[in-house]
Amino acid sequence: MHKRSNEPFLWMLFSAGGVVSAMLMPIHVLLFGLAFPLGWLDAPSYEHLLALVRHPLTRVYLFILCSLPLFHWAHRFRFTLYDGLQIKHLNELINTFCYGGATLGTAVAAYLLWRIP
Amino acid sequence: MNNPTEYLPRSYHTRVSTYWWLARWAYVKFILREASSVFVAWIVVVTLLQIRALTRGPADYAELQNSLRSPLLLTLNAVSLAFVIFHAVTWFNLAPKAMVIRLRGKRLSSLAIAAPNYVAWVVISAAIAWILLRG
Repeated sequence: MHKRSNEPFLWMLFSAGGVVSAMLMPIHVLLFGLAFPLGWLDAPSYEHLLALVRHPLTRVYLFILCSLPLFHWAHRFRFTLYDGLQIKHLNELINTFCYGGATLGTAVAAYLLWRIP
Repeated sequence: MNNPTEYLPRSYHTRVSTYWWLARWAYVKFILREASSVFVAWIVVVTLLQIRALTRGPADYAELQNSLRSPLLLTLNAVSLAFVIFHAVTWFNLAPKAMVIRLRGKRLSSLAIAAPNYVAWVVISAAIAWILLRG
């Protein structure tokens, strides 16, 4: 009996995370990381942002924005370490670090979004 | 327990240099694309910090916005932007290679498959900016 591989499932998360980070992340980091801090654009007010994140749809959106890209990172970073640095012998440790980190980050995201007053 | 393969002759392997990917531009591009994932993770971290600061109140939020004005974080975010754009472009251009679509027996061109991705990218980005900048 072969143990069923969970690779297809992880690959699906990687792929979904790739789409999410490609479509959504550039505009987020452009606005919050550069345009607002450098004053190219007027930053939205605290009240406006709080009202936005309170909305259930925004919370779902932010959960997707944070969770899937982390699994995308986990998959790619794992193979960067495999191929780039050729440290295959640390397999288990790398897997735990990558997917454990992504799972932890997802849990933190869920907690933070749940806690918004 | 003895490993049964322990006494078998091993195949000959030449050691590949850790820097093998510097040999060709295509390899460098591959590694850069893989490295983009680190910046993807960084953007998630910043987003989570923003959500936390928003929940904690205006003072905490203002403080985080202040730290985002530091040269170090501005540089990191500028590099992150370059990497996620690189990720997005390579990702969208991969779509035509991953799928073959035939219309009336003729294969759809790469451009026709990749183009909708770019259109969606622009529309979604504009929508996010519009929602954020309304207030």
